[in-house]
Amino acid sequence: MRNRFLATPYLIWMILFVLVPLAVVVYFAFTDVNSGALTLHNIARMGNYLSIFIKSIWLALVSAVICLVVGYPVAYFIAKAPAGLQRFLLMLIILPMCISFLLRTMAWVSLLEDTGVINNFLGMLGIGPLPLIRNNAAIVLGMVYNYLPYMILPLYTVLEKMDPRLIEAAQDLGCDDMQVFTKVTLPMSAPGIVSGITMVFVPAVSTFYISKKLGGTDAALIGDVIESQFKAAYNPNFGAALSLVLMILIFICIGLTNRVSGDEKGAMLV
Amino acid sequence: MKKRVLPLFSAVLLLALLVLPLGAAAAPENDENITINVYNWGQYISDGTDGYIDVNRAFTEATGIQVNYTTYDTNESMYTKLKTGGATYDVIIPSDYMIARLIDEDMLRPLNFDNIPNYKYIDNAFLNTDYDPDNIYSVPYTWGTVGIIYNTAYVDEADTGSWDLLWNSKYSGKILMFDNCRDAFGIAELSLGYSLNTNDPDELRDAAELLKAQQPLVQSYVMDQIFETMEREEAWIAPYYAGDFLLMYKENDKLGFYFPEEGFNIFIDAMCIPKTSQHPEAAEAYINFLCDPKISAENLEYLGYATPMTEAKQYMDPEMTTSEVVYPTEETLARGESFLVLDREATQLMDELWLDVKTDGGSISTGTIIAIVVIILAIAMVFVTRKVRRKR
Repeated sequence: MRNRFLATPYLIWMILFVLVPLAVVVYFAFTDVNSGALTLHNIARMGNYLSIFIKSIWLALVSAVICLVVGYPVAYFIAKAPAGLQRFLLMLIILPMCISFLLRTMAWVSLLEDTGVINNFLGMLGIGPLPLIRNNAAIVLGMVYNYLPYMILPLYTVLEKMDPRLIEAAQDLGCDDMQVFTKVTLPMSAPGIVSGITMVFVPAVSTFYISKKLGGTDAALIGDVIESQFKAAYNPNFGAALSLVLMILIFICIGLTNRVSGDEKGAMLV
Repeated sequence: MKKRVLPLFSAVLLLALLVLPLGAAAAPENDENITINVYNWGQYISDGTDGYIDVNRAFTEATGIQVNYTTYDTNESMYTKLKTGGATYDVIIPSDYMIARLIDEDMLRPLNFDNIPNYKYIDNAFLNTDYDPDNIYSVPYTWGTVGIIYNTAYVDEADTGSWDLLWNSKYSGKILMFDNCRDAFGIAELSLGYSLNTNDPDELRDAAELLKAQQPLVQSYVMDQIFETMEREEAWIAPYYAGDFLLMYKENDKLGFYFPEEGFNIFIDAMCIPKTSQHPEAAEAYINFLCDPKISAENLEYLGYATPMTEAKQYMDPEMTTSEVVYPTEETLARGESFLVLDREATQLMDELWLDVKTDGGSISTGTIIAIVVIILAIAMVFVTRKVRRKR
């Protein structure tokens, strides 16, 4: 009884700032920008931008996988480190998050561009300016750099809580190191993997600043298109339609990841 | 008893949240402490750098009115901000065609010229314009032209002279382009020999095709970032406003400028008061202040844009008033054309085509599609096999 009352402020918050805006988005998506009449034109126009949707999802997926590959050993190492070192390493992971992500992306621009720090250095060694910026690899680099902490932290939480006796038990029963990892550690950390992938994938798929700064002129992602509809073109209706479709696609992707890990403790995630 | 405390507490909290903003709004306004919201282009007022005048501070010192100064980077983003509301502005400084659109949509407030005595200094050439034929809504701030800025160290002089330089594959990846549809389409239309103000859908589509052909050569679509990018020589070629060339030239004297032979855009940016303004009189005082010939002279000497007041020129550095970049000769000016407001349909089509230009080439290779399909299939396979295993 008491708990339910405690939740009321949040419930009201949810209704006011999540459900109502969502309804507004749906309303805008199905109305015309000039007349306000009901229309499917916004949804129909979406077909032209299908390749951009796929490209955004693809780049976000690649980033999420790279984050997992890079982040898992880091999280494992931190989780197994002595307590004092652990706190210090965690602080190092969190520290960059205290700086605005716009600033961090701008820093990458000045590192990577043709007259940037890296190319200037290479120039001194006699190596011509390399095309480091304005391509898809630079976008993925920006995404991985910005979202890596969101992968490491949930993985760390899961790995840190894991009972070491389970590993000892597996070893007693004759597992070698590889088997301990694939049969015990990896399945046990599945919830962390799922939430890590979700937390990297969702912001990455809708990002607009990173692609604008680090990508080429042919690298507009769906976030850029949505931003332009609200900021420059004044067509919030089409922007809303794009956001709605993107949201549904994200839900499908999350649903898929949750399904895959369904065996392992049904990890559900915000 | 205890059980009732919590809901009561949350109710009070919520009530307080609801009442708070009302109370703040109801507070009586102090006449001594008026703040006006000024919304202007970025890099478009002298702000005290390099020893020049800080216009906003000088205004506050002269009148006691505080200025909350914010900037936008394109006419279109200013329009969107105004249209979506959320913020009220007292003074805005859009360009000619955008003023016509705002008048057309009844978003501007007629000015009270009794509060703007300095209006008399504005030259006749800038009155009775196409965008505000009866001089009701706007007071000219500056005027200027669009041309090409290029780096003389890297760009062959023989390649200059026309807009074609922006399509020259020799300089692929070193070309910048306007990040607003009107200026970008204007350049393509001039290259094709069309009017800047065409409403013809086919001509607009031709222009969009030309811009799509340019896209692979373009380093990025930018507005005010052009300053830094050109000064550091990260890019070599950019179309931009003539006045800003002088600011960039101060930082890098290898930069050059020319007016393309096919013609170019002449614009007037003028000060207006939106209908939603809370302090129209203070806003008029601000407009009047900027029309003071001495202030205008100091302000525009820093900006490098042309003044619409002959009266102001006597206070300016002669080097500035004789610069042919800022004040082109009659012969050059004859090639200029100003923007007029387009039909609603044409504006919308231009917005859609502009999005197509910017998203062109976003298509992905077949290899990537195959990879995506394989991954999805693999995920499905894992899912299915697990289910089967579980059933056993």
